[in-house]
Amino acid sequence: MSETIAPLENEGKKLRKVIAASSVGTLIEWYDFYIFGSLSVVIATKFFPADNPTAAFLSTLATFAAGFVVRPFGALFFGRLGDLIGRKYTFMVTLLIMGFSTFAIGLIPGYETIGFLAPVLVLILRLLQGLALGGEYGGAATYVAEHSEPGKRGYRTAWIQTTASLGLFISLLVILATKKSMSPEAFANFGWRIPFLISIVMVGISYFIRKNMDESPVFQKAKDEGKIVANPLKESFGKKLNFKFVLLALFGATMGQGVVWYTGQFYALSFLQKVANIEFEQSNYIIAASLAGGTGFFIFFGWLSDKIGRKVVMLTGMLLAICTYRPIYQAMYETADVSLKTEVVGSRKVTTDYMMIPKSVDLKKIIKTKVAYTDGTEMTVEETGLVTLFPGRNPVKPDIKKTIHVGSEGFWYLILLVFIQVLYVTMVYGPIAAFLVEMFPTAIRYTSMSLPYHIGNGIFGGLLPAVATYLASKATAANEVAKTAGQQIPFDKPYLEGLWYPIIIGGVCFVIGLLYVNGKDKEIND
Amino acid sequence: MNAIRRVFGLVWILLGLAAGYFLEVLQSFALFEKGGMDNVVPAIIYSFILAPLLTGGMVIFGLYALQNEYQR
Repeated sequence: MSETIAPLENEGKKLRKVIAASSVGTLIEWYDFYIFGSLSVVIATKFFPADNPTAAFLSTLATFAAGFVVRPFGALFFGRLGDLIGRKYTFMVTLLIMGFSTFAIGLIPGYETIGFLAPVLVLILRLLQGLALGGEYGGAATYVAEHSEPGKRGYRTAWIQTTASLGLFISLLVILATKKSMSPEAFANFGWRIPFLISIVMVGISYFIRKNMDESPVFQKAKDEGKIVANPLKESFGKKLNFKFVLLALFGATMGQGVVWYTGQFYALSFLQKVANIEFEQSNYIIAASLAGGTGFFIFFGWLSDKIGRKVVMLTGMLLAICTYRPIYQAMYETADVSLKTEVVGSRKVTTDYMMIPKSVDLKKIIKTKVAYTDGTEMTVEETGLVTLFPGRNPVKPDIKKTIHVGSEGFWYLILLVFIQVLYVTMVYGPIAAFLVEMFPTAIRYTSMSLPYHIGNGIFGGLLPAVATYLASKATAANEVAKTAGQQIPFDKPYLEGLWYPIIIGGVCFVIGLLYVNGKDKEIND
Repeated sequence: MNAIRRVFGLVWILLGLAAGYFLEVLQSFALFEKGGMDNVVPAIIYSFILAPLLTGGMVIFGLYALQNEYQR
């Protein structure tokens, strides 16, 4: 079909409202989804006690199932609804489900109060969050794209693309602000609930904005003409004509986009905290500053994709990412590596404290060493051990915790290194909504674009932190075994081994995208 | 270019099968045998999520490529 919907160029105000209504709602959904992850440590202590294996298992389910398994199901369920009853009503439902689930998590009494019911309720609500997120994105992207005039679809939908990073950014800011406004004890007691509870206000505002919007004109036209299919799932995945494009969208675009996205934002944060040992607050500031600097580029690359094509922008980002990840992470590691820095003479301070352990005859011994370096970096090593009053008992291995606060120059350098990764994210992610929307016909668009997006992001991307951490820890363990046996260590830089996952997945996706993706398909009124 | 797209279909089929073998046989079985939450969780992810997706998806994608479904 080549018939074109009347251009909306003169309806700029209405279009801006469409973009704002869709983007704000999607932003809130990402915010809701991320605060759970960002507060996972506190949530674990309140709902999932580590010494209880069943609760720990529920915690693992809440982390993995909601992010990976449930999102594609949400894409199928709500995608089907969106293709049958309309984009607008469907993504209003997902917004409400997400808002109420998040609010309810903030209200659930802890494990100490209601026992096992607490982790079970949290798990159910977390699954609902994943389900809602699975349905939201495809709806918002399709809704904006179907309102946009040809030639500006990349630019318009790029506003939706900013929401995932902005949602993460706002979640970090709200958590940091809540933490700053009260004592650590108050935050642990009730303060952690505030980021969950305020979500209901944001969802309420977004609901009333969205409520007054019209249905997508492209969908409305298809509906009026009786072109809505009875079974979008069968049409999308049961017919080779459509299914081959679902596979192409997954393996030639969203799979690589997912790993680049997660590496640039989540793995970078995890690497800073767990490998480079940079303190919690400083590492979050580094990510927040990089996101703040990079978010505008989603719009730029969305706009650029209207001019030079989606394929070239996305594949360039993917290629740059897979070629430069190792040197970037090596530089991040070295910036925090104190063995490469000069210690300030006389700065080393060692203090020893003893603490009584309730209901025990043992004492906790804490040795704190603080060292300053000439570039302004400070390192704190806290060694916690036990002093036992029974001489015959086996000594317990002390727990050593190292935290580094990098100096000003290192801090800005790390922001630059993470910012480069965020730029790659904006290149692969900025144009992808327009790319996916243009790949499928109106009757099955919501369903067909949502599934590859959530498999690419949720599964290939979402598994990245777990797989990459596993690969790095396996390499470290192999080195330790070799060292003990007096052999040469097999991995020169074990901390970089985790990067093979995004490099290989991104590399395969790049080749498939280069060979098979057609960068010229831009008609959506079919 | 269409000939290259078609020939690469075989590469995607082999890659899918190799990924399945690596994830199921070389990784998951060993992890399940080791036991413990730290090993079982990645084993479940490999066996029931990544391997079926990669192997199934890549094999079908490769078959479509071999059948010239992606030619222009």
